[in-house]
Amino acid sequence: MEHKSCFHCGLDCKSSPITYDNKSFCCNGCKTVYEIFTANDLTCYYDLQNAPGATPTEIEGKYDFLNNPSIVEKLLEFDDGKNQIITFYIPHIHCSSCIWILENLSKLHPAINFSVVNFGKKTVRITFNSEETNLKAIVTMLSSIGYEPYISLEDYETGKQKIDRSLIYKLGLAGFSFGNVMLLSFPEYFQVDGFWIDQYKHVFRWLIFAFSIPVVFYSAQDYFISAFKGLRSKILNIDVPIALGISVLFLRSTIEIAFDIGSGFFDSLTGLVFFLLIGKFFQKKTYDFLSFERDYKSYFPIGITKINKDQSEESIQVYKIKKGDRLLIRNEELIPVDCILINGNARIDYSFVTGESNPITKQSGDKLFAGGKQLDGIIEVDVLNSVEQSYLTQLWSNDVFNTNKEAAFTSLTNKISKHFTITILIIATLATGFWLVVDSSIALNVFTAVLIIACPCAIALSAPFTLGNMLRIFGKKKFYLKNANVIEQLAKINTIIFDKTGTITANKQSDINYEGYKLSEIEESVLKSSLRGSNHPLSRSLYNLLKEQNILPLDSFEEHLGKGIEAKYESNQLKIGSAEFVGFNSEATNLTTTVHISSNNKYKGKYTFYNAYRKGISHLFNDLKQHYDLAIISGDNAGEKENLTKLLPTNTKLLFNQKPEDKLEYIDYHQKEGANVLMIGDGLNDAGALAQSNVGIVISENVNVFSPACDAILDASKFENLNEYLSASKKAIQIIKWSFVLSFIYNIVGLYFAVTGQLAPVVAAILMPLSSITIVAFTTLMTNLVGRNLK
Amino acid sequence: MSVIYILLAISIAVAIVFFIAFIFAVKNGQYDDSYTPSVRMLFEDEIVKKDKSDKSILTNKNNTN
Repeated sequence: MEHKSCFHCGLDCKSSPITYDNKSFCCNGCKTVYEIFTANDLTCYYDLQNAPGATPTEIEGKYDFLNNPSIVEKLLEFDDGKNQIITFYIPHIHCSSCIWILENLSKLHPAINFSVVNFGKKTVRITFNSEETNLKAIVTMLSSIGYEPYISLEDYETGKQKIDRSLIYKLGLAGFSFGNVMLLSFPEYFQVDGFWIDQYKHVFRWLIFAFSIPVVFYSAQDYFISAFKGLRSKILNIDVPIALGISVLFLRSTIEIAFDIGSGFFDSLTGLVFFLLIGKFFQKKTYDFLSFERDYKSYFPIGITKINKDQSEESIQVYKIKKGDRLLIRNEELIPVDCILINGNARIDYSFVTGESNPITKQSGDKLFAGGKQLDGIIEVDVLNSVEQSYLTQLWSNDVFNTNKEAAFTSLTNKISKHFTITILIIATLATGFWLVVDSSIALNVFTAVLIIACPCAIALSAPFTLGNMLRIFGKKKFYLKNANVIEQLAKINTIIFDKTGTITANKQSDINYEGYKLSEIEESVLKSSLRGSNHPLSRSLYNLLKEQNILPLDSFEEHLGKGIEAKYESNQLKIGSAEFVGFNSEATNLTTTVHISSNNKYKGKYTFYNAYRKGISHLFNDLKQHYDLAIISGDNAGEKENLTKLLPTNTKLLFNQKPEDKLEYIDYHQKEGANVLMIGDGLNDAGALAQSNVGIVISENVNVFSPACDAILDASKFENLNEYLSASKKAIQIIKWSFVLSFIYNIVGLYFAVTGQLAPVVAAILMPLSSITIVAFTTLMTNLVGRNLK
Repeated sequence: MSVIYILLAISIAVAIVFFIAFIFAVKNGQYDDSYTPSVRMLFEDEIVKKDKSDKSILTNKNNTN
């Protein structure tokens, strides 16, 4: 069978490609976007990248809240009555075509003056003429070309953020000073004695001093502040030896040039600060890509439709919802507050909250909890609680989210730095003591020399560079971590807990397979029409599968509960249901759920519903078993217990019917017994467990869709490589330890010079950059090697 | 050899001028996004149609600053 892929979005056209302009499209949506682009001379979009588009989504009524001026006012960055500026986060931005089309929006909509994309943050900043158009029209236009923005309550609250550029200023200043100081130091390096140098050395020295002052007091201020804070809380973190080194360097050098004892170590000083700041800058760049700081606020919609007493509809902000309000909730919209159903067909998907994959049907008068998604048409509800008092918010207010995991965890670097500082102080004191006895004139010289040359910069650099590079490599392999500490935590894990639905199963729906004789078109239409009338979950799943067929008005329809459906249209009589109902002698009981079909009493075939497990899961579990304790905790019932016992190694614990609080307690219990727990889940209902565990990973089919507060996001396609990611983390820690060894070697060489009183500025100036560069090169090479071995 | 004072003064002055230019560039947001400009500069200018005004990428870039 020939598989054509859609010209616009690249997906398979399946059985019915739509052809237009000699190209195939998978659906009308994609074809429409193509038409829009051709009409406006924007086909260059397709030249830059293959199939860069996305199918435009249905947004009927979804952005009505943008009609509300108070909401619009909070979202806009700038508004002077005539021009408005807004920044949208658009998850679909992923290639150069996206940048191109979004920066050419002015061609699609004349009221747009200007638009700029920030690819790293996936945002577009649009300047438009507010007299000719409004925000809602722009959002509608963006959605129609497949670039729907993601507007969340979080954006609404934080509003405009001031960009913090201080690190770039500090780095720039340090680099500027370092270069100039090195140049100005040349005369003293190359000419130690002589008339000329004696005359002019003061000029050079004081110029060097002038360049160094801003470096010490501005560029290096973060280290001093952090060291001070650390000392105040009695912790010797990595910034203490750095701050110590910088201050000793500065003081000794100033004294030397003031009293003409020597030329000072300003070159090493500025160099040290410069390299350290480069490390920081690199670290910051690596974290900027995927934003993790999303909590329940980014999950809720900003505006909801309220029905006033006079039956008119009005868009109001979610926070303004009061008890007793009547709200209108549409298809695929989230229920933001606890409420009572008044009218409409409520079929709610609570998978985010309870983990139950089957939607729940509710009757008029039933209570609906916040966090569910309405699936079938429009419902009207009466509000019981405001947003802050709803069940979901309370789940999120659980204390576990407020404790900072990082505070409890001392990173490897901090541990080493504690010992480092103490050792150096001991060596310095011992050396000074020795020289005080032997030749007291150089005692002070030796003391300060030891403190200067013992460079913690290598220690400070190896962790950021190694972990930063690993973060980048993981990101390329679709494993996105929140920050570098997660890698260190991952290396320590000994217990892994998996959620079932959505984590080890492929998606929330079952996989449906048909075996039997092919149904004619009219039979399929009758089948679909009859399924439409049934509320049984299997009927709904099957109905969704057959979406494209026409609906026919049936002559007769009868549903026999527990058995099946009987329907008639003209000359076709269809029986759908269990094997006995359909009149078919079934084989011995099998584990799967099946729906059989017969037409005019002739058996046609059956649909089998599989709980599709992710590829490679058996293999993964067998690999993991060797080093970790495994467990599966599920909110679903024990229906899959047999399947799982067969699939997984024998020691895996299986627990079912667990509510979110149960999962959290299970992890807490094991942590008290000393386990380091890794929790792998997929939804909001796992959020407490994910926060409680040492590391929480979310498996996501689409990494741009909302994810709760977790430590890492793993793309679903890479799930089977979990074991490799864990071992890569362990290797990263090993690389850091090796780089510490390297830096110790440098330190010992340097200390030799220092302790024997031979530390000339030149030696220091060479040794310190040399050690920094070697460490950086070593860690980068090794991590790239580890990354190459990751599939 | 006292000309070295003048030489030093001039060279440091030039260096500071460039440093100030750097500060201005950072303030104007040049370094906020270091990736997108690298893609943007590879886009081609479009052929100008007879009655439409020139909307090439270059013109847009001038509007940025």
